[in-house]
Amino acid sequence: MTDADGLRARVAEFLAIHDHTAMDRLEFLRARFDAGLAWVHYPVGLGGLGAPRALQRVVDDAFVAAGAPDNDPRRIAIGLGMAAPTILRHGTDAQRRRFLRPLWTGEQVWCQLFSEPGAGSDLAAVATRAGRDGDGWIVTGQKVWTSQAHAAQRAILLARTDPDVPKHAGLTYFLLDMTAPGVEVRPLRQLTGDAEFNEVFLTDVRIPDENRLGAVGEGWRVAQTTLMNERVAIGGGALPREGGMIGVLARTWRERPELRTPGLHDALIRLWVAAEANRLTGERLRQSLVAGHPGPEGSAAKLAYARVNQQISALELELLGGEGLRHDDWSMRRESSVDFYGRTPTYRYLRAKGNSIEGGTSEILRNIIAERVLGLPTEPRVDKDVPWKDLPK
Amino acid sequence: MIDLLYTEVEDELRAGVRAMLSDRSPARRVLARVEGDEPYDPTVWRALGAEMGLAGLAVPESRGGAGASWREVAVVCEELGRAVTPAPYLGSAVIATGVLLALDDPLLAELAGGARTAALAVPFGTAPGSAARLAAAEDGVVSGEVRGVADAATANVLLVPATDGLYAVEAVHAARRPVVSLDLTRPLCDVTLDAAPGRRLAAGERATAAIEAGLRAGAAMLASEQLGVAEWCLGSTVDYLKVRHQFGRPVGSFQAIKHRLADVWVGVTQARAVARYAAGCLAAGDPDAPIATALAQAHCGPVAVTAAEECVQLHGGIGFTWEHPAHLYLKRAKADAIALGTADRHRARLASLVDLPVGAAPH
Repeated sequence: MTDADGLRARVAEFLAIHDHTAMDRLEFLRARFDAGLAWVHYPVGLGGLGAPRALQRVVDDAFVAAGAPDNDPRRIAIGLGMAAPTILRHGTDAQRRRFLRPLWTGEQVWCQLFSEPGAGSDLAAVATRAGRDGDGWIVTGQKVWTSQAHAAQRAILLARTDPDVPKHAGLTYFLLDMTAPGVEVRPLRQLTGDAEFNEVFLTDVRIPDENRLGAVGEGWRVAQTTLMNERVAIGGGALPREGGMIGVLARTWRERPELRTPGLHDALIRLWVAAEANRLTGERLRQSLVAGHPGPEGSAAKLAYARVNQQISALELELLGGEGLRHDDWSMRRESSVDFYGRTPTYRYLRAKGNSIEGGTSEILRNIIAERVLGLPTEPRVDKDVPWKDLPK
Repeated sequence: MIDLLYTEVEDELRAGVRAMLSDRSPARRVLARVEGDEPYDPTVWRALGAEMGLAGLAVPESRGGAGASWREVAVVCEELGRAVTPAPYLGSAVIATGVLLALDDPLLAELAGGARTAALAVPFGTAPGSAARLAAAEDGVVSGEVRGVADAATANVLLVPATDGLYAVEAVHAARRPVVSLDLTRPLCDVTLDAAPGRRLAAGERATAAIEAGLRAGAAMLASEQLGVAEWCLGSTVDYLKVRHQFGRPVGSFQAIKHRLADVWVGVTQARAVARYAAGCLAAGDPDAPIATALAQAHCGPVAVTAAEECVQLHGGIGFTWEHPAHLYLKRAKADAIALGTADRHRARLASLVDLPVGAAPH
C-alpha cells in the first residue's frame, strides 16, 4: 500500500531489517533507495514507489524519528532539485538507472553548467561548443555562477552543437563527468567577499554520446525542465510565521526599544505584512502541488521573496544605525550553501542582492509571468530566425 | 493548516453566482442603473437571496440558514466584487448576519432567507474594535445621527449600537438621506433617529462582542470582494492590451507594460492566499482570525486599488471615459480600501496583535 499508513509500515519493515547503527551509512542509503523509500513519487526501481509526492514527508519523518542518517540534502540540492527531475523526464532507462541512485545517496554531487559570461538572462545564447568526435563529443567553453563545482563529480551541461541554426535549435543537453581531463574550476568571488560560486573552464573535454540527455538539438526543451524545478526550489520551503528574515528584524525590534521610531515602525509593519503574504502564498502553492494542481504561483513567490528579503535586510541596517555598519568578515569564504542568519546584518543586506538575480532575474520572471501566465504577446525578436553564428555578440 | 484552496463545491457555487450575475447584472446594466433612483436592483437581490439562498450561507440550518460557512460566503463576495454588483450582501448577509450570529434572535432567520435585509448603523469606515456608540437610548427609544452607512438605504431593519446596548430599529422609523457617494455601486446614506422605537438585542459586553464579530466578518469577507475587484481589473486590462495596437504592435507586447501587469498579478496571487486564509480562519473559529483579518485588510485593499488604478491607466483614453466600466471598479476599490478600516488602521491593529509596538518603552 502506498498511502500514509502503508508507507509508515514499509519504513518500519525496512528499519527492522536494516540496522542503521550497525551499517555503513552509504550502504544504508543505497538499501533505502533500492526499497523505493528514497523519493516515493519516483517510479518503482528508481528509488520510488509511484506514490503521491506529498507522502514523501511521511517517509522522511519516519526515518528522522528513527534517528537514521539522511543524504544531507543541502549538499546535493542541485542534484536532487534540478538534475534528477530532468534525468527522470528526459533520460533513457540506462541513464536513469546509472545516475539517479548515486545522485540520491550523495555519492555523486552535481552542479549546473548553464550560465556563461555571454549568456545570462539570454540563456539560449550559450557559446560553449560541443563538436562530434567519433562516438562522442569534444566540448570547449566557459561557464560561470556554478555553485558546488568545486565539490561536484557530475554536471548538467548545456552546449551548442549546431551554430548554423537559430540559437534555441542548436543546443544539446549533456551529463558531464567533472573529473574528466580539461575541466578546470576556479572560485568566483562575489560582492560579499565569499566565493559560493565558480567559473568552470572546459578545454577539449570529451563526453561519450551515451551521456547526452535528450536528442541532439533538443537541449533548450530539456533545460526547461531543469529551470522550472530551479524556480520551485528557490521559492522556499514551508516556514512558520516570522520564520524567514522578518523574524530577525522583529526580534531586534522587540529587544531594542531604544531604536524605534514611527517611520521605521511603519516600514516594519508593511514588511511584516508582505512577508506573511509571501508565506501564505507559498503555503497555498504547496497545497496546490499536493492536490496535484501545480500553479504558476512559484514565479510570484520567487519574485516577492527577493523583493521582501532585500527590503527587510535594508531596514535592519537602518534600524541598527551606526552599529549596522560593522561587518564580520571580508575574507573569501567557500560556503556551499547560503546561511543568512549566522552573519552580521551587512551580510544579509549584501547577499540578498543576489536573490533578484540568481535563478532568473526578477525582470525575466516578470516577462515569464506576463507571457506564459497572462498570455501577453512577446516582444518583437531580432534573434529568432537568425543562425546563432550570425548574431551580434 | 487552514485549507487555502477552493473545494469543488466552492467552484460550483462560484460558477452559479457568476452565471447569474452575467445574466442579470452585466457591466452595461450596472452602469446604466447607477444614476437611477434605486440604489440597488431588487431583481438581483431576489436572485441572490430568495432564489439561490446565498444570504444565509454562514447561518446554521438550525437557525434558518444554508449551513455552509464563511468560506462559501467569501466565494460569493469574490464574484460580487468581480461584477461590482449593486446589492446589500456585505451589509446584510455578512456584517448584520455576523452580528446576529453572536446573539440569539429570530431576526437572523429572516435575514438568512433573504426576505428582509439589515444594516449595522455605523459609518462604513469603522474598523473592527472601534465602533462608536452613536445613539442614546432611553426606555427603548433611540436617538442620534450616523453618517455614511452602507447598505442602509434599502435595509428593512437597522442594528443600532446605542449607549446601553444594541438595538434593532425598523427602518421606517429612521430618516435616511442618500449621500452622493464615491462608490456608485454601493451608495451610502446618513441615518437620523429621533426617538425611534427600538428592540434591545443585547447589552453590555455581549452587545460589544456581537458588533465586533459583525465588523470582523465584514473586514474578512471584504478582502475576498477586493480580490474579485482586482481580478476583474487585471483580466480586463490584459484582454484589452492583447488587442489594442499602437506603433504596429499589440500594446501588451511592450516590456514596460508587461512588467506592471506582472506586478499586479503577483499582488493578486498573494491576495488570494491571504483572503482565503482569513475566510478559513473565520469559518473554523481559529484563534488566529483577528490576525488573519487584519493581515487581509492590510494587504488586499491596496492590491485592489493598485489593480484598478493600473486598469484605468493602461486602458488609456477609454479608461478615463464614463462609458467604460473601469471607473466603477476604481470607485469600488478606493471605497473598499477605506471601508471597515484603512490598511493603515489594520497595520496598527496587527502591530499590537503580533507584539511589534510603535513606541519606545518607557524608561
